[in-house]
Amino acid sequence: MKKIYISAIFMLVAVLAHAGGFRVALQGQKQLAMGHTGVAVVNSPEVAFFNPAGMSFLNKKFSVSIGTNLIFSNISFQNEQYGWYEEANNPVVTPFSVYATYQLNEWATVGIAVYTPYGSSVEYDKNWAGSHLVNDISLKAIFFQPTLSIKFNDRFSIGGGPIYANGSVNFNRNLDRATTNTEGERLNVTIDQTGISAWGYTLGMMFKPTTNITLGANYRSKIAMKAEGGEADFQNIPSNLQGQFSDGTFDAELPLPAELTVGASYEIADKWLIAFDYNRVFWDAYKALDVKFSNGLESINPRNYKNSSVYRFGLQYKANERFVLRGGYYFDESPVQAGYFAPETPRNDSNNFTCGFSFNISERFAIDASFLYVHFDEIDASYDYYQENGSNVPFGGTYKNNAFIPGIGVTYGF
Amino acid sequence: MKKILYFSLIAAAFAGCQPEFNDAVNETGFYDNGEADFSTYVSVGNSLTAGYTDGAVFRFGQTNSFPNIMATQFAHAGGGEFTQPLVDDNIGGLLAGGQQIADARRVIQYSADGSPTPVILDGTPTTDITNIVAGPYNNMGVPGAKSYHLLVNGYGNIGNFPAAANPYYIRMASTPDASVIQDAVAMNPTFFTLFIGSNDILGYATSGGTGIDQTGNQNVASYGSNDITDPTVFAGVYNQLLQALTANGAKGAVASLPEVKAVPFLTTVPYNAIPLDAATAAYLNQSYAQYNGAIQQFRLLNAITEEEAAQRTISFSAGQNAVVIMDEDLTDLSAYSVPNLRQATAADFIPLPVSSVLGTLADPNDPTSVIGVGVPLNDGQVLTETEAITVDNARMAYNATIEALASNYDLAFVDIYDLITQLSTTGVQYDGGTLTSTYATGGAFSLDGVHPTARGYAVVANTFIHAINDKYGSSVPDVNPGTYPTLYVE
Repeated sequence: MKKIYISAIFMLVAVLAHAGGFRVALQGQKQLAMGHTGVAVVNSPEVAFFNPAGMSFLNKKFSVSIGTNLIFSNISFQNEQYGWYEEANNPVVTPFSVYATYQLNEWATVGIAVYTPYGSSVEYDKNWAGSHLVNDISLKAIFFQPTLSIKFNDRFSIGGGPIYANGSVNFNRNLDRATTNTEGERLNVTIDQTGISAWGYTLGMMFKPTTNITLGANYRSKIAMKAEGGEADFQNIPSNLQGQFSDGTFDAELPLPAELTVGASYEIADKWLIAFDYNRVFWDAYKALDVKFSNGLESINPRNYKNSSVYRFGLQYKANERFVLRGGYYFDESPVQAGYFAPETPRNDSNNFTCGFSFNISERFAIDASFLYVHFDEIDASYDYYQENGSNVPFGGTYKNNAFIPGIGVTYGF
Repeated sequence: MKKILYFSLIAAAFAGCQPEFNDAVNETGFYDNGEADFSTYVSVGNSLTAGYTDGAVFRFGQTNSFPNIMATQFAHAGGGEFTQPLVDDNIGGLLAGGQQIADARRVIQYSADGSPTPVILDGTPTTDITNIVAGPYNNMGVPGAKSYHLLVNGYGNIGNFPAAANPYYIRMASTPDASVIQDAVAMNPTFFTLFIGSNDILGYATSGGTGIDQTGNQNVASYGSNDITDPTVFAGVYNQLLQALTANGAKGAVASLPEVKAVPFLTTVPYNAIPLDAATAAYLNQSYAQYNGAIQQFRLLNAITEEEAAQRTISFSAGQNAVVIMDEDLTDLSAYSVPNLRQATAADFIPLPVSSVLGTLADPNDPTSVIGVGVPLNDGQVLTETEAITVDNARMAYNATIEALASNYDLAFVDIYDLITQLSTTGVQYDGGTLTSTYATGGAFSLDGVHPTARGYAVVANTFIHAINDKYGSSVPDVNPGTYPTLYVE
């Protein structure tokens, strides 16, 4: 066992690549504390997200779990050539999740999952050096997922359900790097839309070859969020240019990529649980963030994300009846390719360290706490596809990010 | 309650965990000041130092003055506060006791058909020079100042206005009887830039050479505003300025003067601005036949050279034709009622404002009175080749002085002459394209045709910074010209 353990870690270190785009992997306090593993872990109703098939193996007839996290994310940016230095003032965001499962009978379990797997909240100083790419952006998406799990036997189950996604976007940036009105105020545009909805699905299967080993697989489909007829507000436009930059509406599309997860967990002597997950995120769906305005203007922003992987490792230790301790690590490859490092999601590869615990107040009731520290190495990167007068004008420098994400939740079941 | 307190403490702790770079640009020591001390930077000069652009001084233009841009970068290497005599608005222009004495800034206006036109901004200036905002300031750029003006006490005394005082300096002088250089020195500069002398030739050039070349006359009191300053006077003044600025050991940079004829004010209107068809050309040749005949006669009498006769022979053909001009440097034949006419060549320069009258009728009732064809451009409407050479001789003498004194005083020499020449020939590359001196669209020059745009000033600032880094071993970072605006639309 030890050998596997070591080679697994070696593999993690050996893989060089990149993290997360605007994926926010915080779908449950228990699993987050274990490195956000969970496709092969049956711990709590959080499994409705991680692998719907796992609902069948919950040992409670009814269980519910709710939780929230506070994301304190920081971005530092600098450019040595020009002496630019910028610290983003990212607002604290609070993704949440609610899961409930109910065992209808021997073979069927139903559940509902509400969670927020995608989002972004970045706010730079207005008119900072990269303001032609982004001043501030807020993306939010809530997924509602009614779920059914079918147990074929004590070893095998499947599960799945449709996903209804409801999202919003608010994005402001300057129209270019320099132009101002006669007062020296930069021309900029805000696009805003709420209530963008779309559908997708999740499917999973779980297999227990032995009583100690669980294997799982889960696939969540791509969901294309299409903003149509959102509000476009052009600001500081000179009166002579009002016709060209008239306020109106915009259309845009943002894909929330499909994700495939496979994993395994191994239970040791009832006290220990080790879990591995591998996520493959199909970011190649995110080709561009193009915005078409009703006034005829078009904003073309190639992104060309590539598919990325996340390697997760989690550990759980049942200290006693009251306390369960958890820890984890994951390596999150960035889907951003060289030259496409845009400051609205300036994420390179990250090393992620998690920990947490559950405190069982009673047989039925537990408090779950988690903490995630996201570490990014500093990186020299640029976005090369902003155009001025028909030629590409790169924007770049050195970025260094981090995030501190405490979370709290409760689980109730009987 | 206590829990909430702990929780918010934790929250504050996380929010404060800004990632830190291994080598952060905002840490002391990342950029080096070398042998220079940028803590008190004072800039001395004229409109180019003041941030004058689009024909006016306005607040946002002052923000983008090259000294202010430089001060922003100096701040990375120990530079301190940089004060400027900010005007009251973004309209530009000046009032004197409520009377308007300077135009508002020029902006682009789109006419109904969508074509852009430079116009004076629609607005009334609010900056009144009688509202004194007494200096001194770090930016001692005074629009309109010639070299010797900087030494004149009372140049900011409203009692001497307009004859012997400058409206911009009246507003910002520390006392009415101070001089610009006294105010600059009063700032106790540790570092200075001196960029002065353009106005010692500019008035002559933009007025089409109507002033006098005062070379040889050292009595500046006798100079008119469009005259060329005597190079010996210039050298003496420049030496005094540097003596004053370096008295406390300050280091600094001095800049050479651009070739005036490289700016769009003089290069935009082509010498051959007259399009003609064959019939009109033939008609015009007929009209000038008598003049051409007279010229040939004077040639035969050896009153003029063969060369001058050829120069003075007026000839039109189908296509673009050179404008007809008065040239006072031609042999005077007026006693014989023969005017000093010739057609312009590529070596003559027609000032930008002439474009509004060129080709129009001097007399609306006389279709043959087309200005530049039937009616010659007058002395003030063209800087002739001879006049242009006069300007350039002075400029070369000034620049030789500046470069020599830079060496004497061991200062950084900033070759702005070379920069402006580059703009007017190959252009200057930046990450968003090429800046050229083409009027309006070139990006480097503002709508007044003489002063740079903010982007142009950014390139000027970079040129200064490079020369300063070279001289003093500092590593002050550049600015990115692409992030500075060019033209403003109303």
